Amino acid sequence: MILLSLLPFIGAALVASMPRSSRAAQAMTAAVVTAAALILLLSQAPEVISSGVVTSRTEWIPGLGLSFSLFLDPLGLLFAGLILSIGLLVVVYARFYLAAADPMGRFYAFLLLFQGAMLGVALSDNLLLLLIFWELTSLSSFLLIGFWNDRAEARQGARMALAITAGGGLALIAGLLIVGQIVGSYELTTILRSGDLIRASSHYPLALVLILIGCFTKSAQFPFHFWLPHAMAAPTPVSAYLHSATMVKAGVFLIARLWPVLAGTDLWFYLVATTGLVTMLIGAAIALFKHDLKAILAYSTVSHLGLLTMLFGFGTPMAAVVGVFHFLNHAIFKAALFMNAGIIDHETGTRDARLLGGLAILMPITATIGLFAAASMAGLPPLNGFLSKEMMLEEAAHTAWGGSAWFIPLAATLAATLSVAYSLRYAVHVYLGKRSGETPRPPHDPALGLWAPSALLVIAAIFIGLFPMATTGPLVQAAAGSVIGAAPPVFTLKLWHGLTPALAMSGIAITAGALILNRFTSLLHLWDRLPVPAGKPLFDGSVAGLIKTSRRITLAVHNGSLQRYLAILFATAVLLGVEGLLVGGYVPGNRPTLPAPPVAIVGWISLVAATLAVVRAHRQRYLALVFISVIGLIVALGFIYLSAPDLALTQISVEVVTILLLLLALNLLPKKPNRLGTTALRIRDAVLGLAGGCCAGFVAWAIMTRTPNNPISAYHWANSYSGGGGTNVVNVTLVDFRAFDTFGEIIVLGIAALAIFALLQTATRGASGQRLRQWIPDLVRSPERHPMMFVVATRLLLPLAMLVGIYIFLRGHNQPGGGFIAGLVISIAILMQYMASGFDWTDQRRRIDEHALIAFGVLIAAATGLGSLLFGAPLFTSAFGYVHLPLIGTFELATAMAFDVGVAMTVIGAVMLALAELSHIAQRAEKDARTQHAMDVDPGRQQEETA
Amino acid sequence: MSLEFLVASTIGVLTTAGIYLCLRGRTFSVVLGLAMLSYAINVFLFAMGRLVINRPPIYGKDVADYADPLPQALVLTAIVIAFGMSALVVVLALRTYLETGTDQVDGLADAQPDDDGA
Amino acid sequence: MNHLIIAPLLLPAIVAALFLLGRWRARWIGSALSLAGCVALVLIALALFVTAYGGTISVYALGNWPAPFGIVLVLDRLSALMLVLTSVLALVVLCHAVITNLDRKGWHFHPLFQFQLLGLNGAFLTGDLFNLFVFFEVLLIASYGLMLHGQGAGRLKVGLQYVIINLVGSTLFLIGIGMLYGVTGTLNMADMALRISSLPHGDQGLARAGALLLTVVFALKAALLPLHLWLPRTYASTSPAVAALFAIMTKVGVYAIVRTTTLIFGADAGAVAWAPAQWMLPSAVLTVIIGFTGLLAARGLRDQAAFGVVGSTGTLLVAVSLFEPRAITAALYYLPHSTLTGALLFLVGDLVARHRPDYGDAITVGPRFASIGPISALYLLAGIALVGMPPLSGFIGKLLILTAAAAHPAAGWIWVTILVSTLIGTIGLARAGSILFWKSSTCDEPLRPAPAQVGRKALLPSAALVALLAALVLGAGGIVAYMDTVSAQLFAPRNYIEAVLGRQAGD
Repeated sequence: MILLSLLPFIGAALVASMPRSSRAAQAMTAAVVTAAALILLLSQAPEVISSGVVTSRTEWIPGLGLSFSLFLDPLGLLFAGLILSIGLLVVVYARFYLAAADPMGRFYAFLLLFQGAMLGVALSDNLLLLLIFWELTSLSSFLLIGFWNDRAEARQGARMALAITAGGGLALIAGLLIVGQIVGSYELTTILRSGDLIRASSHYPLALVLILIGCFTKSAQFPFHFWLPHAMAAPTPVSAYLHSATMVKAGVFLIARLWPVLAGTDLWFYLVATTGLVTMLIGAAIALFKHDLKAILAYSTVSHLGLLTMLFGFGTPMAAVVGVFHFLNHAIFKAALFMNAGIIDHETGTRDARLLGGLAILMPITATIGLFAAASMAGLPPLNGFLSKEMMLEEAAHTAWGGSAWFIPLAATLAATLSVAYSLRYAVHVYLGKRSGETPRPPHDPALGLWAPSALLVIAAIFIGLFPMATTGPLVQAAAGSVIGAAPPVFTLKLWHGLTPALAMSGIAITAGALILNRFTSLLHLWDRLPVPAGKPLFDGSVAGLIKTSRRITLAVHNGSLQRYLAILFATAVLLGVEGLLVGGYVPGNRPTLPAPPVAIVGWISLVAATLAVVRAHRQRYLALVFISVIGLIVALGFIYLSAPDLALTQISVEVVTILLLLLALNLLPKKPNRLGTTALRIRDAVLGLAGGCCAGFVAWAIMTRTPNNPISAYHWANSYSGGGGTNVVNVTLVDFRAFDTFGEIIVLGIAALAIFALLQTATRGASGQRLRQWIPDLVRSPERHPMMFVVATRLLLPLAMLVGIYIFLRGHNQPGGGFIAGLVISIAILMQYMASGFDWTDQRRRIDEHALIAFGVLIAAATGLGSLLFGAPLFTSAFGYVHLPLIGTFELATAMAFDVGVAMTVIGAVMLALAELSHIAQRAEKDARTQHAMDVDPGRQQEETA
Repeated sequence: MSLEFLVASTIGVLTTAGIYLCLRGRTFSVVLGLAMLSYAINVFLFAMGRLVINRPPIYGKDVADYADPLPQALVLTAIVIAFGMSALVVVLALRTYLETGTDQVDGLADAQPDDDGA
Repeated sequence: MNHLIIAPLLLPAIVAALFLLGRWRARWIGSALSLAGCVALVLIALALFVTAYGGTISVYALGNWPAPFGIVLVLDRLSALMLVLTSVLALVVLCHAVITNLDRKGWHFHPLFQFQLLGLNGAFLTGDLFNLFVFFEVLLIASYGLMLHGQGAGRLKVGLQYVIINLVGSTLFLIGIGMLYGVTGTLNMADMALRISSLPHGDQGLARAGALLLTVVFALKAALLPLHLWLPRTYASTSPAVAALFAIMTKVGVYAIVRTTTLIFGADAGAVAWAPAQWMLPSAVLTVIIGFTGLLAARGLRDQAAFGVVGSTGTLLVAVSLFEPRAITAALYYLPHSTLTGALLFLVGDLVARHRPDYGDAITVGPRFASIGPISALYLLAGIALVGMPPLSGFIGKLLILTAAAAHPAAGWIWVTILVSTLIGTIGLARAGSILFWKSSTCDEPLRPAPAQVGRKALLPSAALVALLAALVLGAGGIVAYMDTVSAQLFAPRNYIEAVLGRQAGD
């Protein structure tokens, strides 16, 4: 059984894997696979019909309740049988129908894919599994309808079909999930047994509606019917397969499937039966006045699907029996008709009924097939269509709708009349009468392969008509049984039921139908004047509208303004922070505060002043820089005062480097930027800023004024000397307790340098190079680019600065200092050289490449960490001993120190790489603006001259 | 007036200025704003260890009262990272200006189409 | 102590450093080195996965300092899962980048790539809040470098915004950490969980505010509305391969939310308990909507993919924000799916753009191009995966989420959003695909031969991603079952705490 369900997919893979091989071979593969599946299915048939169901269950996702469980009951057998047998015929038919240009391999691959999906729908015993196959049918039909993708109508038809059926599928998902939730299982066999539970549930109406939306969209029920005719852009074999026999039947099939669980309520009756009725009428009416043969057939399909839906909607067992029977009959004659229309299209080059006529003489075989099939569709005796039509009318005759006993019978008769009319029209206007004009191609009967499949179907139609019980009785009986979920009422399928109201009704229908055809032209004029709302423009319009609105929304929301992003970010943070404080509950702390000495107050005042000054002067860049460095200075002093010497040192040295960086960068930024934004905006931002400031300030105050919650740092303090071998707890924390943070931190620094380098490498090319060349220095600078004193002083200072750096480094473990600060001091010293002696001169004397410096730094840091692994200790476990050096005194040599070396190296490497590169660019820019000055000592240039 | 209040209000003022400047339309102002914010954060993070005067966290056997070293360590890490970041952002701002000819970040200057390969 | 835990951090660091030393060497050595590093990383991650599979939580105390005083790395099921996902994605993306010569478009691609992995792995492994911050910075600054790789005006402009917004994010991160330290006096997450549960009422407000600030930061990374604004332009203007790698970046945010909330701000956290949840759910729902709306509006494949990432991460966050074991299971199944799908979309978009140079990734009719068949198939599969149609993992993921949400009071909203977004996505992708691949057959320009540097082999990485997605479906039974155990572990933080702090801390 699993094999059966997988065969088509395997076949699809096979065909897809042989694109090179001949069309015949591809067709043969497809045919063989389908035939094999059919045989496999039929081998199960006897057992199924006699004893009910065959099941197979394989767990897939127990956590979800999705299992790969299949079951084959008579209904499934009937549907699967249709899918495979008609599938086989279509495969043969397509072999001869498709043109040489068409990629046949792809076609068969898609076709088999679809076949597999349909088979899955027919066989699934698990709702979720069924959903998977259901959506797969939508996808594969999308591919099949769009097969001739150079045709606009094919592409649009495919997309419409996908949107509608897949969309309906989503509703179906929701509906079936609800059902599953109610029952507590997704196994169909379980669900089919819990009908009362479901109908009793308060979610029943919702579930029902959702499921029905799924079925109606799939089966092209009003008001979703309009996608089907547009799906006719598909190659005719596809139409014959998908849009008559199988896919569109899936909806009806599911309605029949869930009949025992969902049917039997008023809601069901009015929703399903009414929809079916309306669809039946509308479909038939439109079909009558179409000229494209495939369109006629398409709308007639819509109408017949409506008929089926209505029958199952009645909710009576007998109606169900009829439904099953017509399900079968319609598939047979409609597939035959589509193939027939395909032949005409293929041989005459047109499908327009107005250009055709009198073909009976020119293509007798095709005509015979066509006439019989049309007669069956019209419901003329002694064909199978007649039988089920008759029984349908019988059911309709005694079904009341909202208290009126005549409404449904009348409507049914009317629909029957119309269907007679369009069937006759298909027969008369195409085959009989006189030729109404030249067809693009001279008509003649096609090759055997093209007409044989439809011939077989017609023969089946005749046989079923003549010997209904013998041919289909047991199957229908059993299938109806599985629809009803109980023994079906006893019935006999026969041509002559005696003088019943049904007979009268179909008598009326036939005569009236003939009359209508007689008056066709005048009726056509009438119809053309009728305003018939078309579905497609509506659909296209709404899709276009959807896209338009989504564009507007998207653009409006994502307007690329950084301010908006940041404003929202700040606002969210403030709001949520406040929420936390309010909801969480807050009690002021009781930690005694420290009195503020005057000096602190002075510092505070000057800091606030400097801050305001920065805000005020944020568009005069140099001024702003001066003020901001004042802030930095005061903060550093504050750190010293509040017993954080390391912070102070770091703050200061970082400050210096940052300012250098900014100065270099500022040179090149636009001169006098004009003011941006409105006053309203400024006020908004000020408010936002104040809000944020207040929150931050308040939180800081709140926490500073409460006693610490025995912080873990007590441990650091206690173990700094004994365990870390240093007295400067901050430094020990950095290189030992939390060495890993520092490791990450230097990597950040290194990456920053790399990114900056990568950025600036390309700065002198392209548009940016252009701007660099046009750049004009905006500051009046000393005529000497390299003032002698400065040059000499810095060169003397270099070794000294280096020494200071090393000193800071060595004492770092016990006194304020350490690798990072040392690194900064040294790099500042080197930067001095760049500033004083110019880029070229210094660059030539650069011994080591910064990239390597960064790399070594990271490696050393990592290596010291790894070293501890050798001793079986975890990463970054430190060891230490004491060394005595003259001048510096006793200091302790810890592995952590090697780590600190790594830090220092990375810092130097990163800072030098970044700033050297930047000054390089800046100097590039100045090159053109450079002028010769007598006093100008440019060692770089002397170098060039001597060289 | 208590020291805690001074520090808290400092944080508040710096944050306010930082946010305000970050919301200006030009890269330089934004850079200034970020600098302000990082000052504020450093002080804030530091303050989380509560305030202590003249008790630098230099270990001594007989020292009982000391400044919480952990926040200081965190601030050091934060300073370094902030330094790397601001260096990058400054250079990036410069580079962007050189490439696009605008130092605006308000999306208004987005008129000209992106010329980087699709 | 299992030293393998530090391998995912040291390996990339060392590989990257080697690059800087040897960057003058022949190109192919670099690519080989980088690829080898990624392969090794996959193996290491798998080994760690096996370690964590049984449910043991391994703790690695760096510097041999006992928790909570030193920094600890913690390997539990979730971390292991994220490591595997990251390394696999990285390998595939790197292959694509190398095959398409992206790594030669600018300086330092490989070191930055490796550092990026270092940051990601660190974020997934660390058990210390401030250390998490550090690794966030590492992965962010590496991502800046990668995002700007190749440069170009548009990329620089957007990159600047990306950098600045994340700098502000880091600032908020620090405030949050500071508050939590100030109140709880610890940085170790397990320890913090304990201390928060025993926090005096007066302090809980500050703790809750801190928790929410952290959530804001993580939500910014995870592109949760309204903090998602930066993502579409950023991902759409960087090089597709990098954007494909960034598919994991949003998941870092998701991971951080899940980790911190279940561990620290979970059931025992008093007034802080589940603080983020109530805010996350509605905005996650809106994120889904805005994401798929953007996808429908997209004019280029990269926009489409970017908004696809927003949408599917939103779907993921919907499941997460229910903070309920079954929902988390669903989320954990959907997480790798969403990551791989996002990456796939970008890679396929890149393929299209490279095969028709003068049309790029714009969703417009161009000439047919070489291997349009397989590429269109890849696009179809990527689309199916993104919108969550069968037979790919998106469908199962969505079913899981829908069923998990069924009992929730907001179930109606969630269901409608997820299903409708699926429909919108379907319409958008079908439209784009039809224009790109079907309509192109109407274009009268001659069929275009494949550009020299992109042969058939450029399709392999994308195909590999599809294979992974298929594996997610076929193995769904086992995977979902495993995710159940992962989520169970998350909802029993006690074990995590005891593993980190030792038995006695438990009670």
